[in-house]
Formats: sequence, C-alpha cells, structure tokens
Amino acid sequence: MSALNIKKGSSSHSAYDLRDPNAPVSETHTLAVLVDNESGVLARVIGLFSGRGYNIESLTVAEVDHQGHRSRITVVTTGTPQVIDQIKAQLARMVPVHEVHDLTVEGPSVQRELALFKVAGRGEQRIEALRLAEIFRANVVDSTLESFVFEMTGTPEKIDAFAELMRPLGLRELARTGVAALARGA
Amino acid sequence: MNKAHATSAKAVTMTGARMVVQALKDQGVEVVFGYPGGAVLPIYDEIFQQNDIRHVLVRHEQGAVHMAEGYARSTGKPGVVLVTSGPGATNAVTGMVDALMDSIPLVVLTGQVPTFMIGTDGFQEADTVGITRPCTKHNWLVKDTAKLSETIHQAFHVATHGRPGPVLVDIPKDVQFATAGYIPMEQARTAHYQPRLQGDPEQIARLVEMIETAERPVFYTGGGVVNSGPAASRLLRELVDATGFPVTSTLMGLGCYPASGKAWLGMLGMHGLYEANLAMHGCDAMFNIGARFDDRITGRVKDFSPHSKKAHIDIDPSSINKVIRVDVPIVGDIAHVLDRVLTLWKARGSRVNRAALAKWWAQIDQWRAVRCLDFTNSDRTIKPQHALQRLEALTRGMDRYITTEVGQHQMWAAQYLGFEEPNRWMTSGGLGTMGYGLPASIGVQIAHPDALVINVAGEASWLMNMQEMGTAMQFRAPVKQFILNNERLGMVRQWQELLHGERYSQSWSESLPDFVKLAEAFGCKGIRCSDPADLDEAILEMVRYDGPVIFDCLVEKHENCFPMIPSGKAHNEMMLGDADTRGAIGAKGAVLV
Repeated sequence: MSALNIKKGSSSHSAYDLRDPNAPVSETHTLAVLVDNESGVLARVIGLFSGRGYNIESLTVAEVDHQGHRSRITVVTTGTPQVIDQIKAQLARMVPVHEVHDLTVEGPSVQRELALFKVAGRGEQRIEALRLAEIFRANVVDSTLESFVFEMTGTPEKIDAFAELMRPLGLRELARTGVAALARGA
Repeated sequence: MNKAHATSAKAVTMTGARMVVQALKDQGVEVVFGYPGGAVLPIYDEIFQQNDIRHVLVRHEQGAVHMAEGYARSTGKPGVVLVTSGPGATNAVTGMVDALMDSIPLVVLTGQVPTFMIGTDGFQEADTVGITRPCTKHNWLVKDTAKLSETIHQAFHVATHGRPGPVLVDIPKDVQFATAGYIPMEQARTAHYQPRLQGDPEQIARLVEMIETAERPVFYTGGGVVNSGPAASRLLRELVDATGFPVTSTLMGLGCYPASGKAWLGMLGMHGLYEANLAMHGCDAMFNIGARFDDRITGRVKDFSPHSKKAHIDIDPSSINKVIRVDVPIVGDIAHVLDRVLTLWKARGSRVNRAALAKWWAQIDQWRAVRCLDFTNSDRTIKPQHALQRLEALTRGMDRYITTEVGQHQMWAAQYLGFEEPNRWMTSGGLGTMGYGLPASIGVQIAHPDALVINVAGEASWLMNMQEMGTAMQFRAPVKQFILNNERLGMVRQWQELLHGERYSQSWSESLPDFVKLAEAFGCKGIRCSDPADLDEAILEMVRYDGPVIFDCLVEKHENCFPMIPSGKAHNEMMLGDADTRGAIGAKGAVLV
C-alpha cells in the first residue's frame, strides 16, 4: 500500500490537527478570583494559565480576609470569548477556588494600579518632571538632588501615559503592582 | 470554632501513620496498591499490624496506579495507592495523569522527607505536590498531624465528587510519627467542594424539545455515563429504547448501552464505525451525554457535524464549549439530568418525529450495509481482527472484564468485542498510556476474583509493565494476557506507512522475549498460537486455565486498523479497508467521500 498524497507541511502529517481553530479577535478581561489562602494556591492558578496556554497581562494577589484565610487574585487576561469562558470555567472548578467574577462583563468596575517611578535628572528636566508629576497627582516619596521617586495610583492607562512622559526626562526604573479591581456599587 | 475542631479535643489520639490506616478503614477501603520505602515505613508498620485492609505489593509504582485505576473503573469505588517519596512519587506520575484524563477516582498517598528537611535536597526528596499539581484534581502537603485525618477524608471526597479524578496527599515522615486527635469522616469539612448535580430546568426543557422535533438525531455518549453510576446507564437505555434514536459511544463509554442493542451504532471517532461517524456528521440533533468532544472524536473541528443542533450534558462546566460550541449546555450529573429529561418528556406525551426517524434509520442502514469492519481473512496467518472475533465468540456471556494496552489492538478490541454492561471495559483513552493494560487487569481481578479478566495487548505495550506478572503470581490473580504479537509498534507503523512515506523509523520490536518461556519463568502458563486452525482451542485453553496466562498470539505483521479518519479530516472523509486505499494510491481519492 502506498502513502496518501498529502502536501508537505500539511497538518495531516501530524497526529494532531495543527491548525488553530480559534483565530478570531481577542478581548481583555479582568477576573477577580476568591481562593483559600493555602500553600500552593497561586502556583495552581499560574500553572493553569501556563499549562493551557492562556495569557496573563497582570496579576495581583494578597490575603483579604485574615480570619477566613481568603485571598483575592485579580488577573487581567486576553483571549477570544470562547477562551475567556474556558478560563473562568477552569478556574471555577479548582478545589480551593470559591468565586470567579468577570469584572469586565458583570458591570462597571474600578481598576487601580500603583506604580513607583525613579526619575534622575538635573536642571530644567528635573523641574519639568516635577511639574508633570503634579499634573498627574503623583507624590514624591523619595528625593535626592539628582533624583525623585514618584508614587502614583491610577488606571493602567494613566500609568502608561505618565511613564511615556517620564522616559525622555530621565526615567531610570519603574515598579508596578498590577491591577486591583472591584465592581462599582454595593 | 467549628464543630470538627471543637470535638477534636475529645478525639482519640494516635500517630499520623495510624491515622492513615484508620482513615482508609473509615472510608471503606479494602485494598491498597503500593510499594514501601523509607518515607512511608511508619504507615507500612501500621499496615503490618492489622488485617482489615489488604495490601497488594506491586513491582513498580506505575503498576500500582494502573492497578488502582482498574480496580476503580470496574467497581466504581476509588482506588488507593501508597508509595514512598522521591522516585516512588515520580514513578506514579504517569498513572495519575492517565486517571486525570479519563476521570478515574484515585487517592494516592505519598511519603515525604521530614518537614524540617523539605527544601534541602534530602535523600529521596522530590517536590511531589509541585510535580503533581497539574497531574491531579487536587493535592495536599500535610505539615501538621492534627490536619492529617481530615485531609485524607477531604481527599476521598474530592476524588469521588463532581468529575472524578486522582488526588494526592503528601505526608512527611515526622508527621507520620507525631500524634494528634483523629477527626472522623463525618466531621471532616467538605462543604466547600459540592459540584452541582441537578441540571438547569430551562435547558432540560430545551433538550426535551430537541428530542421531540429531531429528524436525524443521535445520542453521543461517553465515559461520564459510566462515572455517574449504574443508574445513568439504566436511564440511558430507557431513553434510547423509548425514543428509538440511534446511539454511539466514545472509547470510554463502551458498555453503557449494550452492544447487542437495536439502536447501537458502534464506537465513533478516529477508528470508529462508518455508520457511527456518518450519523454524527449528518445528524440534525446531537445529544452529547458525558463525552467531551475529544480531538480523536471530532476530527477537523470546523467540519464537525456541521448541520446539527447540539446539546451537551456534563458535570464539568469546563468541558462545555471547550472545543465545540453547543446550543443546549447542561451542567449536572448524567443520572440526575437523564431522570429529569425522561420525566419531562413523558409528561409532555413522549413525542418523537416517527416519520423522519424511519427515514433516518433507512439512511443509517445503508451505511451499515457498507460493513466497515469486514476484512480479508486468511487461513495461513491469524488476522488480529479474526483473533478478537474468536475471543469474543468464545467468551461472550461469561463474567468477563476486558482491559487493553494502547495501539492497534486497543482499537480492534473496541471494534470487535461487544460490551453489554458498563464497568467491564478498562482502557487508557485520554492519555493513551502503553503499559496500562497488564496492571489494570490485575487491579480488576483483585476486585473480582472469580471473573474472567483478559488484557488484550500488543507485544510492545505489554513489555512496558511486564514486571507486574510477578504481582499477578504473588496475589493469585488469574489474569489472561492476550497478546496480539505483530512484532511491530503497529499503530506507529501504520501512520508511517500512510503518512510518512513508508519509512518505518524505530517501529519494529527487535529482540523480543520468548513469551512462553517468559511465562514459565514467572511460574504461570504460556501459550503460543500462530495457526488460525489452532486458535479456538488455544483460546479455550487460556480461558479454562486456573491461573495467569501469557498468550502469544502471532498475528499478521502488516495489518492496518480501519476504518480511519486521518487527523485534520472530517467525519465524512473516512478511509475504509485496505482495498480502498490500494485503489487510490497517491490520489486524493484515498479519502472516501
């Protein structure tokens, strides 16, 4: 018996269909995941994302209920609507996960991120940096004669915008916490 | 302070090691499959001092997990494994992933180096919970003896509730030695993990409407029906018989609907039957009951059953809309949902579109007339399909359990053997683990000592865990190893022939042992058969022998497994037998229709 005449590079050469069935547009969603703060829980969540090939744009985690040992994980992710649904279902079925909320679809939400900017410079540049920091309502939390550390809280877009402005003015280092988010209203 | 902790003050105090044995007893465990080592010695000491729990000593930890899988799948109860730290745990990984993919409830207990040594690269230390996090449904490292008994009870709860799966409890050696109060099963906190069993009534009503209006329906059933329990199979049969709809099943679901049933189309998928796959492709209403649209089932996703409305019942919400978008999603336990479906459908008058259904069956009968499982038999060499037909004919009606390894023989077994009941067919579906069948057959036999347990194997797969013949001998498990020996990695060879220009890279079995002598070396019976004329008598000799048998069935070396849907093709692009491919060498027509 002879071979099937299949074009080289065709996925028929593989034991799997190599074409990606999920080509359509991807969306960005912010998920809030309430989990038991037990050892390894963050590794579980991160392992789910890496193991199944999902994206993480931003991730924050901290215990929010010390008595109940509950942590809140806020994760910003991108994917097609089908992938986003999968992510939520995969998170929800994990044993230590209590609740999964998609803040992007559940109604309006507030999203905030904290960032620290180290900007070094002298003379006019230094004054310009300080002036812009005032406009953006950033606080000066450290100062030397040649540098500032600004602290700013805001949406990720606002932090991006401020970082772009600081870059030509001597931005040396930038630290961001990632997004924390809550639904608006009671 | 909650109830469990309030009562623990008065609870019986014992060592962690004794807690393990006590918790297993409370959970009704009768058998543990395991292998001792430094980090579990205290637990083995406790096992030594009691008689309620039987310990089956394996020859390799992978064998222990597959045995527990065979035990679990043939009984519906969780399988229990006990192994040591480091290599004991890592050897168990393949079995755990196998159980995860096929949704088999397992509780794996591993020893660990003492808590104060964790992280020091101690002797036989491995990050077991780290390694097995993606290999289990959930796992725990217990660092405090006071939490050990409750954790084990929770482990059983998680393994057996919702979609079943393997769980692991890692127990450091100092935790086994230390003492604390024992928390009984009833007081263990399990409230948080309670997956939903009842389906959404609105969606169930939509599914019933689909039943009433369908013109070309098909039930597509899977392992979820087996996992839901005997009631699910009973309800499925009732629903199929009452509606008269055709029913097919995945590899994992064989036996839920009887192979002798009128509505049975046979298995579907890559090596499924022509009529089953074309019914899936041509249907207008698909009822997925406990299956998961695996890639071996769907073929090319874009062209999967393009004209059907689809309903999907699954206990795992993440199975729904993962691969195929469905119109009627129902999250719930199969038995619960089918019960509601039947009740509602009957209350509304048990209606189906009889006229359309008759036309649909006429179409299916035409597909059946293709007789896709026909093959050219030989009186010179044993065709593997023929060997399985004879095995089926000679053992049908017996109290029979079948396990398999992975490859061509597995697909032939699924095609040519008939299953009348669930829990009678154990095979590695999702992970495709060569080496599964022999240990699984031992696990089945331990659970059903008087049954006929046959492992349909290929010689290459069988060699992967053949050390477990020692376990079969020691525990007098009279398992029958029916090896279809083609001296090839048959499925690999088939793909190389069809898709890789007949370049047979590393796909033959060189330096095979003499299986009859091997049987003698283990102290069991060896039978060799190479002549079709002797086959029946040889099979009967195997069945009648009171003890383990290694049956070396020398079969045709170059037989291919058909029908076949090549990867990335749709259901209506099946290849049938040899004749079809021969007639279409190098042509696009090699793929039918």
